Amino acid sequence: MTNLVVLPLLLPLCTAVLLLFFKEKVILQRLISAAGIAVTAAASALLLARAGSDGMQTLAMGGWAAPFGIVFAADFFAALLVTAASVTTGFCLAYAMGTVGPEREKFYFYPFLNFLLAGVNGSFLTGDLFNLFVCFEVMLISSYALLVLGGTKRQLKATLGYMLVNIVSSTLFVAGVAYLYGMIGTLNMAQLSARIAEAGSGGMLDVLSVFFLIVFSLKAGLFLFFWLPEAYEAPPAAVSALFAALLTKVGLYALIRTFTLIFPAGHGFAAQEWIAWMAGATMLLGAAGALASKDVMRILNYNIVISVGFLAFGLAVSGEKSLQGAVFYLIHDMAVKALLFLLAGMMIRAAGSGRLDEMGGLIGRLPLVGWMFLVASLAAAGIPPLSGFGGKLLLVQGGLEAGSHLLAGISLATSLVVLYALVRLFMRAFWGEAPASLPIPAEEARVSRAHTACAAALCLLVVLMGLGSEWMVQASAEAARTLVSPSDYIDAVWKE
Amino acid sequence: MELLLALAVGALFGVGVYMILARSLLRVILGLSLLTHSVHLLLLTMSGLKRGAAPLLGEHAERYVDPLPQALILTSIVISFGVTSLYFVLAYKAYKSIGTDDTEQLRREAND
Repeated sequence: MTNLVVLPLLLPLCTAVLLLFFKEKVILQRLISAAGIAVTAAASALLLARAGSDGMQTLAMGGWAAPFGIVFAADFFAALLVTAASVTTGFCLAYAMGTVGPEREKFYFYPFLNFLLAGVNGSFLTGDLFNLFVCFEVMLISSYALLVLGGTKRQLKATLGYMLVNIVSSTLFVAGVAYLYGMIGTLNMAQLSARIAEAGSGGMLDVLSVFFLIVFSLKAGLFLFFWLPEAYEAPPAAVSALFAALLTKVGLYALIRTFTLIFPAGHGFAAQEWIAWMAGATMLLGAAGALASKDVMRILNYNIVISVGFLAFGLAVSGEKSLQGAVFYLIHDMAVKALLFLLAGMMIRAAGSGRLDEMGGLIGRLPLVGWMFLVASLAAAGIPPLSGFGGKLLLVQGGLEAGSHLLAGISLATSLVVLYALVRLFMRAFWGEAPASLPIPAEEARVSRAHTACAAALCLLVVLMGLGSEWMVQASAEAARTLVSPSDYIDAVWKE
Repeated sequence: MELLLALAVGALFGVGVYMILARSLLRVILGLSLLTHSVHLLLLTMSGLKRGAAPLLGEHAERYVDPLPQALILTSIVISFGVTSLYFVLAYKAYKSIGTDDTEQLRREAND
């Protein structure tokens, strides 16, 4: 029992509330939120170290023991994700300063960003299904606000659609929770896992697992990603980067948790088989979208979809090695997607347009950004020694060992498509012929040193993750070990 | 009693889905709130219905009703209230700036 578990949720929440008092003082807001996120990241890293050395950390809220109260449980997987999320948010925050514009900064941009992180961290840490719903909502409501902040027509339209999809899926989530409570009589994930394993499968339980599959797939953009490309291209780059790095990952985390702990592989109805089909379709459709798009943000958005398919491939196989690969790739993808979107934001700012046919010759003006974009593209495609390689290798190995050759083939083919789409984007935007005149005034098209430095730091992190694959492999193995044996999770929650 | 409530849940859910499919944003929002209410009723029904007992009256109460679903419903109502009001404001704002509340036209307008 340690209070450390709740800090990654509590710190951003308190920071956000504190920020509400300084609406007009932008500089002060920046300082407070930077400090808040730094402390959150430090607390998460401490939690990760503790989870690594002493095993799973749990906290029963208000001292109400496991099945009666709300439990927070940080196994190594959750702690790893919380740390990665906090660090990535820090980079997005640094980039947001000065790029989102004073109107947004004065209109509660920083509080919403902190609320979002609180929701994301809470979703990773909670051990209670209804509490997961609440944390999801904290995250989603902040994301609605961040998406619409600024109020352009495009943002309004995107937000209306995004909210509709998410409200419907949240409603289905509550319905699923209601059925589960009626049948099993608990919402504590550890107890759910134990009782469902006893109850066996059949009838309503199978229906319920499909219910949760649909709900979390909608949130993660697994197959049901129709809402994603449009919603993620409306807001400014810093917000898109944050969404790309975190939001779909939370849905994927929920999928992984549900289908390893509550409805594990081999439990009656084969949800894993459905996930396999959905993963394959997601990868193929995402690849088609990335090839067909002619807009920088669109191409990157379809890359999010592809990586969701990749991660779901790991979950579909559900072997220890595949899950290890999925964890590795999840951490890598958070950093790389944030980096790609931040760089894309700079490119669009410098070119004055996000359309590929209006861009070109940027390498002369932004040499560092150009080469960083190439590095990020290669990392996203999984070229060694960059960080995408280790995760993809483990995923494909795990898939081949389990005999799902088709999915492994699809995933390798889509990796090539990712490489092609991103390198084509690089060549068009940086090497191609520069347009005769900029569509916007030259002083607006300037990219500041500070933002380039922020992206460079994140790029360095991506490279280090690739070079330090040894550590990443060990960490993801540790995380996957708790995922494949639900009894560890159950025992740890019960023990306190 | 359970049967009656189940029918009510089904009817509300059906009407909610029908209204979400409408083109007018106002109807979509009303449909969403009907949908969430039907799910709250479902939560209440799934916990089992009893008559004549309060949720919890001390340790020695003879009869009581399960208080947990009521707590869940309360939380969910608060959330859906907040989200619905936000959606209303957004719809109004979209109507003001784009000049229509028809979802088809919204799509066309914003693409231009």
